[in-house]
Amino acid sequence: MTAQLPITSLQSPTAKRRSKFAQFWLLVKPLQSGLLLATGIAGYMSAHTPPNFLLLLAMSASLFLAIGGSTIMNMWYDHDIDAKMRRTQKRPNASGELTRAEIFRGGMLISILGIGWAAAIQPLYGFVVFLGWFFDVAVYTLWLKRRTCWSIVWGGISGAMPILAGRVLAVGEIEIIGLLLAASVLFWIPTHTLTFSIKFFDDYNAAGVPTFPSTYGFETTRAVIALSSIIAAASIGTASVMIGVQAGILRLLIVLSSGLLLLSFATVFRPSERVNFSLFKYASLYMLISMILLSI
Amino acid sequence: MKMTSTDRVLLLLTGILAAYQVAVGINGLDEIPIIAYTIAFGVLLVAGLLLIILGFEALDSPIVVVVSTVIPLALSLGLVWQHIASLRTPYLIFAIGGFLAVTLTRSIPVPGKLPTFVLAIVHGIAGMTIFLLPSILAANGTMKPGFALVGLGGAMIGLAGLLLSFLKAGKPIVPRSTILKILPSLLLLMTICFVAGFKLG
Repeated sequence: MTAQLPITSLQSPTAKRRSKFAQFWLLVKPLQSGLLLATGIAGYMSAHTPPNFLLLLAMSASLFLAIGGSTIMNMWYDHDIDAKMRRTQKRPNASGELTRAEIFRGGMLISILGIGWAAAIQPLYGFVVFLGWFFDVAVYTLWLKRRTCWSIVWGGISGAMPILAGRVLAVGEIEIIGLLLAASVLFWIPTHTLTFSIKFFDDYNAAGVPTFPSTYGFETTRAVIALSSIIAAASIGTASVMIGVQAGILRLLIVLSSGLLLLSFATVFRPSERVNFSLFKYASLYMLISMILLSI
Repeated sequence: MKMTSTDRVLLLLTGILAAYQVAVGINGLDEIPIIAYTIAFGVLLVAGLLLIILGFEALDSPIVVVVSTVIPLALSLGLVWQHIASLRTPYLIFAIGGFLAVTLTRSIPVPGKLPTFVLAIVHGIAGMTIFLLPSILAANGTMKPGFALVGLGGAMIGLAGLLLSFLKAGKPIVPRSTILKILPSLLLLMTICFVAGFKLG
């Protein structure tokens, strides 16, 4: 019903009072972008090169702008989907607080600033940042999201680019450790997004977005979650050993990875709303803590 | 019973201390104690995170009985391996056997009071070991006096483990609300005692 209302009718007086900055800040999805930024910083720090705080600061800013820009572009294109889903229909792109033209202009400006700045810092770093933006906006959002549930693979590749970009900036090349770190994020993303698509199954169905649960069923989706968690944990473990993290840090990573694997297996063998929710939350915490540990 | 913000902060601190112990606090020990302490504090860390995420509802899971047995078993194994060389193998067999016994009696239908009996025996021996061994070692001068804190932590973990296990077994020693009220503080105090005891000992 809500989806058929004119979008302006969803505006509330409170919503109208939000500043442009606050509206765009919502579109950036600060938590998600922050987590991706954390992976980028971890990628840089994992090289344990002599600290260059100015470079780290510039990297953080450029990466956050590029991630934020791509997220806004996603919001620009998906305004109709967001308006149909209860979870997202209050976002400024769905409620009509911001016009599509405003969102497009803002998203492109922030994207160009972020990618341009990244390229100016180091061309290869800038190229990896651009790849992340391209996979997210062009391949995932514009091309595949409405066509196939496999779009999440490309969304995942895009999400894996910040950690690779950080690593590339530190070491100056694309090497095996960077690729393993990228793989750990790539295979962590299904754990996060697929549990999300189970939790909001009806919402995605209402919006007509193909998801793994709607295409292959819950059982297969849970098996994919478990498998991707195993690969994510193995990738992060292998990368940690190759980076040469201290034994204590490795022990901690093994403990946290065991928790992730146990929860993933619980979703397969003892599926429930509660287990699904705890895996969703735990996976985010796992990634954040792992990134901090890799940076030490 | 709803978890308060204070409870979550206490559990977060517990998790941070447990993580510290896994990453730093057990460096330099032999292989088996490192594995045993990593399991004990690792389970504590993951359990703390899940409690923060799910609230006290996490305690409704049938796995809680097993988890609350793993921690004292692993801790006591580490202590015995470090300090009583002659009992290493027998205690390792007891720890593995005790874990399997608790898991089996909780997984398959067992008539009578056997599950409760197994639980009480395993918790009792592991808890007494964690409480008595460090206290004795500190008292006779084998270890520094601070090591007695590990014994104090042992007393607390024994208490927490028994409260949780009997609650899950359907025979609560004190009301559920009381257990939930004191659990986060008890877990934090216990972890502080362990971390400080290992550091000072």
